[in-house]
Order: sequence, then C-alpha cells, then structure tokens
Amino acid sequence: MLVRIVYNLVQVAVVMTFSPLLAGVINRLKEVVQSKRGPSIFQPYRDIWKLFNKDQVFSEYSSWIFRFTPYLAFVAPIFVTLLIPVLTNYPLFFAFMGDMLGGGFVLALAGFFATLAAVDTANPYGPMGASRTRLVGFLAEPVFMIVFFTVSFVAGSTIPYIVQEQWVKPFSNFFEPAHVLIILAFFILILAEGGRIPVDNPSGHFELAMIDESKGLEYSGPAAALMKWGGEMKLFVLICILLNVLVTPWGLAQTTAPSAVLLAIPAILFKIFLFVLVLVVVESSLAKLRLFRISEFLGAAFIISVAAMISWLFAF
Amino acid sequence: MTPVTFLPQLNALAGGLFLLCTFGMVATRQVQGCMRFFIWQSIFLAASAFLLGLHPVVWDLIGVAAINLINKPILIPWLLRKTVPGEVYTRREIDQVLNIPTSLLVSLGLAIAAYLITSPWLRIPAGPSVGVNLPIGLAAILLGAYTLTVRREAVPQLLGLLSMENGAFFTSIAIAPTLHLFIELVVAFDVLIAVFVIGVLTRAMQEHIGTTNVGSLATLKEEPRP
Repeated sequence: MLVRIVYNLVQVAVVMTFSPLLAGVINRLKEVVQSKRGPSIFQPYRDIWKLFNKDQVFSEYSSWIFRFTPYLAFVAPIFVTLLIPVLTNYPLFFAFMGDMLGGGFVLALAGFFATLAAVDTANPYGPMGASRTRLVGFLAEPVFMIVFFTVSFVAGSTIPYIVQEQWVKPFSNFFEPAHVLIILAFFILILAEGGRIPVDNPSGHFELAMIDESKGLEYSGPAAALMKWGGEMKLFVLICILLNVLVTPWGLAQTTAPSAVLLAIPAILFKIFLFVLVLVVVESSLAKLRLFRISEFLGAAFIISVAAMISWLFAF
Repeated sequence: MTPVTFLPQLNALAGGLFLLCTFGMVATRQVQGCMRFFIWQSIFLAASAFLLGLHPVVWDLIGVAAINLINKPILIPWLLRKTVPGEVYTRREIDQVLNIPTSLLVSLGLAIAAYLITSPWLRIPAGPSVGVNLPIGLAAILLGAYTLTVRREAVPQLLGLLSMENGAFFTSIAIAPTLHLFIELVVAFDVLIAVFVIGVLTRAMQEHIGTTNVGSLATLKEEPRP
C-alpha cells in the first residue's frame, strides 16, 4: 500500500523533472535537422530557473482568473500523471480515481482557464489567440471522445492500466486496423493539443499568428515559469498516454521491486526519444496549415478514429 | 504464434488502410494527391489479395494481386501522365460541390451505411475474411460514386470511377476466390482502355478550353442572335 503511494509520487517526480528535457530535446533536434546547432538540451531548465527569480507584474485590468490560471495549468498535468501508467504495469494508488475520460476533462479544464486568462487582460492579441485555441480545442474534442470510446470498447474498461494490459495481449492484435488507426488519430491529436506544426508554430513569437502560445503571452516571473512548465508537462503526459497505453505497452515495471521501477525510468525515456524522432521528422517536413484548413485536418482525424471504431464494432 | 495466425489481422489492416485511402481521395484538394491515394489504395488491394491467397494457397488470388500491382499503381498513372497534359497535375481544386469537412462527414455516413447494409449478409457463413472485405469494398464503391459527384475536375472524377472498380474487386476477392483470374485480366484491359479514352478526351478539353473543370461546364451556351 505504502509502496504504491511512493511509486505514484515517483511517477509525478519523473514527469516534473523530465518534461523540460523533452522540450529541450525536441527543439535541439529540430534545429539539427535544419543544419543549425541549436540550443542546449538543458536550456528549458535554465529558462524556468531564470523566470522563477524574476519579478511578477500583473495588469491592473485582470481579475482573479489571471492569477489563478498558472497554478491550475501547472497542477492539471500532475493530476493526469497520477492516473496513467508511466512507470508501472499495475495500477497505483490513485489509478482508479479517474479514467482516461476524466484525465481528458482535467486537461480541458486547464485549457479552458488558460483561454479565459488570455482574454482577461486588455491585450488585443490575447483574445485572438484564445478564440483560435478554442477552435482547435473543440474540433479535437470529438476525436478524443471517439479514441477513448474505441479503446475502451476493445479493452472493456476505461482505466488506462487495464486498457494497456488488454490491448496487445495476443500480439496479433497489434495489427488490428482499429489499433493502427487509433494510433494515427491520437498522433494527430497530440499535434493539435501540443501546439505542434502543422497546427501551430511552437517557436513562433509573432503574436498575430499564435494559437497555443497566446496563453502565456501576458505572464511574467514565476507565473510564466508555471505556464511554461505546465505546457511541457502536458505534452509529456500526452506522449506517455500514447506510448504506454497504445503503442508500446512493454518496458514497464512488472513487480513492486524498487529496482524494477528505477529501470522503467530509462525505458520510458528511451521510448519517448524514439517518438521524438518521429515527431521531429513530421514537424520538419510539413508546413503550418492555414487557419481554416485546421478544421479539415482535425476532420480527417475524426474520420480516422470513427473508421477505427466501426472496423472494430462491425467486424464481430 | 505462427505467422499464419497473423494473416486475418494483416488482411484486416490492409482493409483498414484501403478504407483510409478511399477517404483520402474524397478529401484531398490536389489532383496529384488524389492520384497518390489511388496508387496506395491499389497497393493495399493487391496486398489483401495476396494475403487471402496465402494460407489455403489459391494461385488465382496471387495472380490477381500481381496483375493489380502492375496495372493500377504503375500502368494507369503512367498512361494518365502520357495522355493528360502535365499542367493538369499541378492543379488544386479549391472548390468542390460541398466543402471538405462536410464531404468528410457525408463519406463517413456512407461508410457506416455500407457496414449496416452488409451486416445481414455477413450472417451467412462464408470464408474467414468476408467480414472485412465485403463492407469495406461496398464502402469504396459508395465513396467512389460520391467522389464522382462531388468533384469538379476531370482527373479526380476518373479516379473516383477507378476507386469504384477497386472496391468491387476488394469485395469479390473474399467472396469468390477461384473464378477470378480470367475476369481480372479482362477487366484490367477494359480499365486501361477506359483510362486511355478519358485521358485523350481530357487532353482535348485542356487544349480547346484551357481548363478541365468539368463541373462548371454543365450548360450549353447559345450563340447570340444577330
């Protein structure tokens, strides 16, 4: 019992510690692909440290939402980390507190407050980016729902630990069309929710074109550090869900021995590194979509996920 | 866990990707993109025929796979490149009859309708992969007909027709595996001739009018009376 609580906290510590590293590796690899040198992979750590040591300034037109949102944006991915398999194969202490649908809603709550906070100041670029974020968000919601429902149909449960056990039980299930199409749809969803090319440019600082970056536009000091870190943790959590539940549910700790759990940490980092290679190739070879083409892109993701569902439902 | 047990799942995977390529043909704007999805659709058709012909070894199906692999991904695009002038391929179709998200939803409805229509037929005990091939083939037929109606350019309309033919074959390789090789050869030559004729007509249209936007060439113009 105590062991499971400790491992749950170790999971949270792993996510908190390694998500800036993930962002640093992605940025560095994208620059290397363009034949540049790129920043150091530990640069996001230095950015967060610098921001924590700076002064905070709040606009006098903003309300409690603006002050509350950074904490929510930081804590929401941590809540979701408690629910998903990151290091272990077996459910941990908080695993039955919420299922994947609940985790999706918690992330959506943080996104909702971030959007409200972007509208809260008197900056004209904030509401513009916020309305675009909502466009991407509500087009991505049906895809989330259908992906989660299909996955739950297959596994008979909505708890990610149980789904992860059932999904590739006979290995031939890996080639089921439902499985492959769900992985494709969830990958497109990660591109949309994580603010990656082709939906959004994560390294752009041109406010007229910002979609997801506009949530952190007006923050300074520790609040900006929390928003930045929260965004990086959200990407890490989504990639963990994709890898540990859908794509490669291997390499997780099977027993409660501490050595097994410690060995699972480099395993998950290695799996995430392979995913980062795929992500960098996709990001470097596509161009950012025009704004109203995003609905076609996410509509295609919706079609893929519904095709996965009907190919599973009607095949039996 | 011999590879033989993988075969139904691999066939189902080929079917799923086949369906995905058919959706892609409805939803893509570029003429060249439509052509690429058609090529991949034909490759997945050949893959499914090959996988179905592997386990109880049916040489007819493997022959079907080989003919399809030569005919559709290689010969038909080559023939179209020769007959249709190159600038048609650089076109993007900005307008279709419905906009693309609506088209996607309608095509999804058609695919679900295909699954619902074929569900009574699937209760008849038949071969192992009929449950996969029959609905997806019917969906490809319906989606090919939809592509034909919704698109305005000539080459994607032709590709919609060919997608209907692909769908019909995808269905029949599961239902009637043995009577096939002869019919496949005949149909392959027919398809080549149809593509050739439509390609030459498209070239004539491009040279005379300057556009192949057949969707807007729907009314006759009268000469003004003197």
